[in-house]
Amino acid sequence: MKKSRRSFLKAAGVSAVAIGAAPAIKAVAVASGGAATNASAAVKSRKTEALSAHRWGMVIDTSKITEEVAEAVVEACRKAHNIPDFNHEPDQEKYPDTRPVDHKQEIKWIWEEHYQHAFPEMEDEFLAEKFRQLPFLVTCNHCKNAPCVQACPTKATFKREDGIVLMDFHRCIGCRFCMAACPFGSRSFNFRDPRPFISEFNPDFPTRSKGVVEKCNLCAERLAKGLQPACVEASEGAIVVGDLEDPESEVRALLNENYAIRRKQELGTEPSVYYVM
Amino acid sequence: MLEIAIKGSKKYWIWLGALLTVMAVAFAVYIDQFVNGLMITGMSRDVSWGFYIANFTFLVGVAAGGVMVVIPYYLHDYERFHRITILGEFLAVASLIMCLMFIVADLGQPTRMLNVLLYPTPNSMLFWDMCVLNGYLFLNIVIGWKVLEAERNQIQPPTWTKPLIYLSIPFAIGIHTVTAYLYCGLPGRGFWLTAILAPRFLASAFAAGPSFLILLCYIVRKTTKFDPGWEAIQTLSKIVCYALIANVFFFFCEVFVVFYSKIPGHMAHIKYLFFGLHGHGALVPWMWTSMILMFMGIGLLVVPKFRSNETLLPFTCILIFIGTWIDKSLGMISGGFVPNPLHHVTEYAPTFKEVVISLGVLATGLLILTVLFKLATTVKEEVRG
Amino acid sequence: MSKNAIIAGLVVFVAAALFPFWFNIGGTNAAPEIELSEKAKAAKQCVLDKYDMRANHMSLLDEWRDSVVRDADRMYKSTNGKDFGMSLSTGENSCLGCHTDKAKFCDRCHTYASVTPYCWECHTDPKEVTQ
Repeated sequence: MKKSRRSFLKAAGVSAVAIGAAPAIKAVAVASGGAATNASAAVKSRKTEALSAHRWGMVIDTSKITEEVAEAVVEACRKAHNIPDFNHEPDQEKYPDTRPVDHKQEIKWIWEEHYQHAFPEMEDEFLAEKFRQLPFLVTCNHCKNAPCVQACPTKATFKREDGIVLMDFHRCIGCRFCMAACPFGSRSFNFRDPRPFISEFNPDFPTRSKGVVEKCNLCAERLAKGLQPACVEASEGAIVVGDLEDPESEVRALLNENYAIRRKQELGTEPSVYYVM
Repeated sequence: MLEIAIKGSKKYWIWLGALLTVMAVAFAVYIDQFVNGLMITGMSRDVSWGFYIANFTFLVGVAAGGVMVVIPYYLHDYERFHRITILGEFLAVASLIMCLMFIVADLGQPTRMLNVLLYPTPNSMLFWDMCVLNGYLFLNIVIGWKVLEAERNQIQPPTWTKPLIYLSIPFAIGIHTVTAYLYCGLPGRGFWLTAILAPRFLASAFAAGPSFLILLCYIVRKTTKFDPGWEAIQTLSKIVCYALIANVFFFFCEVFVVFYSKIPGHMAHIKYLFFGLHGHGALVPWMWTSMILMFMGIGLLVVPKFRSNETLLPFTCILIFIGTWIDKSLGMISGGFVPNPLHHVTEYAPTFKEVVISLGVLATGLLILTVLFKLATTVKEEVRG
Repeated sequence: MSKNAIIAGLVVFVAAALFPFWFNIGGTNAAPEIELSEKAKAAKQCVLDKYDMRANHMSLLDEWRDSVVRDADRMYKSTNGKDFGMSLSTGENSCLGCHTDKAKFCDRCHTYASVTPYCWECHTDPKEVTQ
């Protein structure tokens, strides 16, 4: 039994690693199994009042969107989701030494654009001036083939069964691949802690931490409580949300009666937001 | 073998000290970014990747460029590369470490980066990029180390290194192909949405990597007793020449397709880069400089008289290195994001802090490179002496 | 010479390794008293029993957040038959809905254990933000 010192050290090293790893393995086992076994008889479910759909979609009646309506919609969304407003002057006492903002790093979920920006590939030199000045509301399209979902390396952006493209803020690593992937510029990144720029907190929705991406969630948290999305409520009937796959739904009725277009349809991402022209 | 690294001349230590100083300053700035977020950078909602990812992309190319010495030596038994193969592999190691550091510097939530492993997502190109980058890094460390160790002991390297060496070749191509796939598979970005992107990335990589290696050979020759050999340098410069021509050729293929088809979404980006768009043209002088530098590089390498001029060659390599850097880092990233998908023009320029952090990463890479090259050259001196 | 250096090194190492112990000598380290809100007292039962909650509430919350965010399930019928909203801070049957005083319930223990859960970077204490 001649064992060289080297091989002895190797063996010692391996066993040390094994000893070191044992509690870690145990801890993992406890973490994954512990709570689960206790909760094995627990039942998780939707709320009874929750609204559901096979594929959520949105129809925006552009003729009903005036400047006032558009502003109300943007503001309602901002309030509902604690979206920071970089024009808001931070409270000096609560947030001392807040550095000046860079407006290029702002956060938007739904916002106004003019026709030639909402539909840049449909640029037309003879488009009437009155159409050029119309406010168009743009937001996440909750695409059927969402490029952002495909790009995300951690499944922090994912597609729910009901068609909503959602962000898991807990999991996002802030690589911003989804922002490069989105053909609609619908995503924003928290370049800084947003809290100093929130004037009024909505306790029903979290704020975000710095370093994660966010975007429209089609008010998943409101649908779960049986409420319509905040933008729909504020839109005075201009925005309707419903089940695209249900032929009896209001959104389908609107699509049957009117000519509607989607943004960048040629890319094949299959947006779920329609614009009635 | 590592003990070699702690025996060095005064100059060696001054150089390492200078690099460590840069690293320390950059680290302090990084703490600011870590605490306050990426707000300290010039990136924005519209240009969501900037200097970090730009340098990352370029350095993946430098790393992949190492394969240009590995292929001739190991596949074609080109003996003259015997002395510099290890330099190419160690250059790849240092570049890859810089790449990984740039990725981490770019993350909004760096503490969560292991989520990529915790929730592996094969449909994301970033997942595959992580796999090939780490794989290539691992291969080069193992191969470089084992081969150098064998040379020091004057024995044949272990036979198991052979398959790893062959494996490292597709990996080298792979790292840059997958890095190009990060960009060229995105539907809404006309500038990147082209099948020529991966070939173009490789071409510019095989120009930038070997031209940097030539520069390193000059430095090695000046600072150590080890001579990489003039013939090897000449062969490398021919490789640089062909690769650079291919890079420019691929670029013109792209320009033809875009401007002959006249698809607006594709034209806008190149127009922005070379002529400015809606009055915004921060990158115009850079892009023309890049073009001029690359053309000068081609001219100086194609003509044998210039190429074989020992004093001129390092300057040519510097021109090419800068030219390809502007082309692939500054232009490639900003060009893809401007104009944005809604055709708004938001320009990007890195902030001072962003540049300092990047310099810190570069200093770390150079430190690793210095130590590795010190090992390689000392071993080679020992063996010869 | 080397013997002394080794011993000195060992002394420094042992002193550093035992830092948490000697640093805390003399301090008062009594565990904090957790104050239950009236509502929590009245409810008597939490999601799991007291000791399980104390040891595993973080795993439970981790599980909950995945259900809510990823599966859209927001209701939780516990093994003890009670219903809960799977939410840290929103609604009457959420965690803070019952444990109404975050400072006296969550923070005291977290501060004592020197953990700073990043939950509160985003989730707000409704009492605090509506003031």
